[in-house]
Order: sequence, then structure tokens, then C-alpha cells
Amino acid sequence: MSGLRYVYAVCRPFGTTLPAQLTGVAGVPPKQLVHHGLVAVVGHVPEEDFAEEPLRAHLEDLDWLTATARAHQNVIDALTVVTSPLPLRLATVFRDDSGVRTMMEQREELFLRTLDRLEGRVEWGVKVYADITESSAAQEARPTDVKAATGRDYLRQRRSRRRAHEEKWEHAEEFARRLHETLSGYAEDTRIHAPQNAALSRASGRNVLNAAYLVPRSESEEFVELVDRHKDDAPGLRVELTGPWAAYSFSGFGEEDS
Amino acid sequence: MTVVERREVALVDLLDRLLAGGVVITGDLTLRIADVDLVRIDLNALISSVNEQVPSPWREL
Repeated sequence: MSGLRYVYAVCRPFGTTLPAQLTGVAGVPPKQLVHHGLVAVVGHVPEEDFAEEPLRAHLEDLDWLTATARAHQNVIDALTVVTSPLPLRLATVFRDDSGVRTMMEQREELFLRTLDRLEGRVEWGVKVYADITESSAAQEARPTDVKAATGRDYLRQRRSRRRAHEEKWEHAEEFARRLHETLSGYAEDTRIHAPQNAALSRASGRNVLNAAYLVPRSESEEFVELVDRHKDDAPGLRVELTGPWAAYSFSGFGEEDS
Repeated sequence: MTVVERREVALVDLLDRLLAGGVVITGDLTLRIADVDLVRIDLNALISSVNEQVPSPWREL
């Protein structure tokens, strides 16, 4: 058998086959590789794209990265329907099946422990954006558009504009902090991601909260309603919900912790 | 659970999870694409390639 092995996730045996039409990275349908009480979901990928050197080069190509990330997610999504998978980091590639088996063997206990922790849980993403510019804050701080009569007036106006601007930011951060607190109360675990760069997200406004929440699948409806209830609490701020995701942000054991 | 309205997942949300989340496995058996590299790709290569392809409207601000 030629080719390398791309591993998407490790799961407990889920007792069904994957949908026949499901394809993953490199357009290849994923297969299940069973080892003891674990299943690795694996795709054969060509060496010319996934060996170390070509992979490194590909990962700096946005189009390739996009296609690969979407294909990876496609498989994880399908798995999420039938089980609670433990997703692996993008582009985890082994030389052959026996490499995958050895990896599962070595980490068996840790995988089982983590799978237990994630069983029946999903991840929800919540982001808060604040669309605040100095001029929008200024307009509210200055009800009538009076021209500054004197230098002193001008300075006073500038000061009040700046203060209004700062207050808006403080308000946005306070809102994000309180929302995170509230949602954390309903989640089993939380992770704060780095704020998203606007050039990548193409979203308007500054990302003041980018968090992930681990929630039992059975309580997800309540969690979504909770986000919904709070999202209109703050004029000028935007709350976005994504999910349900496989528990990507909570699969973490880094190798150093293992 | 009710099906929540599903829009296409934004690439940036996906990368938050695929490049910074998921189990990291390193060792002789894997090809050594360190997670550090992936994080750097996230920050530098992506943003610069986005900026090359699409002149950023935020630049002028």
C-alpha cells in the first residue's frame, strides 16, 4: 500500500460505517483503523503532497490550506454526527498504518481518558465585536455640531470626544467579560482564543472576545438560547455564535502534558 | 437538539480550531510538522497572502 496516512481523529468504536460519499483531504474517502478499543479515522494521502517538504510548502499556500482545512472539517463533521471524536491537529501525517497503530498503542490510556471527558459534549464558539471609531463616539458625545469658538473650547471638545471613545471601549470590554462569565457558568470548560485579525475574518469591528465553550450536547439548546438572550443587551456590539463543533479546543493535551 | 441554522463555516473560525486546537502528536512516527510552524503560518503567511490578494480596506484608517 502506497501513500501516507492522514489521521483526522481518534474515537471509540462507533459501530457504523462512514457515509460512502464522504471524502476528506486529497479527495480520498476516510477509513476506520481499529486498534484495541480505539478507532483512528485515516485517509491515504499522496507523498508528493504530504511528505514533509511539500506539506510545509503547501501550508503557506492559502488556497491549499483552505481546501485542506475544509476537507478535514468535512470528515470531523461527519464523525460528530455519529460519535464524539477527539480531533487531531491539522496535517497529522504518518508513514503507514503500523505507525498509526503504534501511536494509538502508546497513548491509549490518555486517548481513552480524554474521550471519556468529551463524550456527549460539543464545542460552541462565541465572539463579540465592537464597532467603535473615534468619530462615532464623538457624534454621541457632541449632540449639536457647535464650532469651537476658542482654543479652549476646541480642547474641551477634543477631550470629551476622547473620553467618550474610551468609555465605549470600557463598556465593550465589560460586556464581553460579563458575557463570558455568564456563559462559563453553563459550560463544563472554556478556552479563550486570540482575537481574530480583521484582515482574515473580513468582519467589521474589533474582535473583543473569541471564546470556546464545552457544553453537553443535551444542554446545547439552552446554551444557544442563553447566547441569544444576551446578544441584544449591548447596542453597538455584535455577538456571533458558531457551532456545534467537535471539541477541537478541548482535546488538548499538548505532547508536553502527556 | 434542534438543528441550529448552519451557515458556511468561516475559514478563520476553522483555523482557530485546526491550527490551535486538536491533539498534537509529535514523534518519530509523524512527519515533523511542528505546531509552532502552524501557528506561525496562521499569523504571517496567511495575513500577508490575504493582503496581497485583497488590498486591505483597513489600511487607510
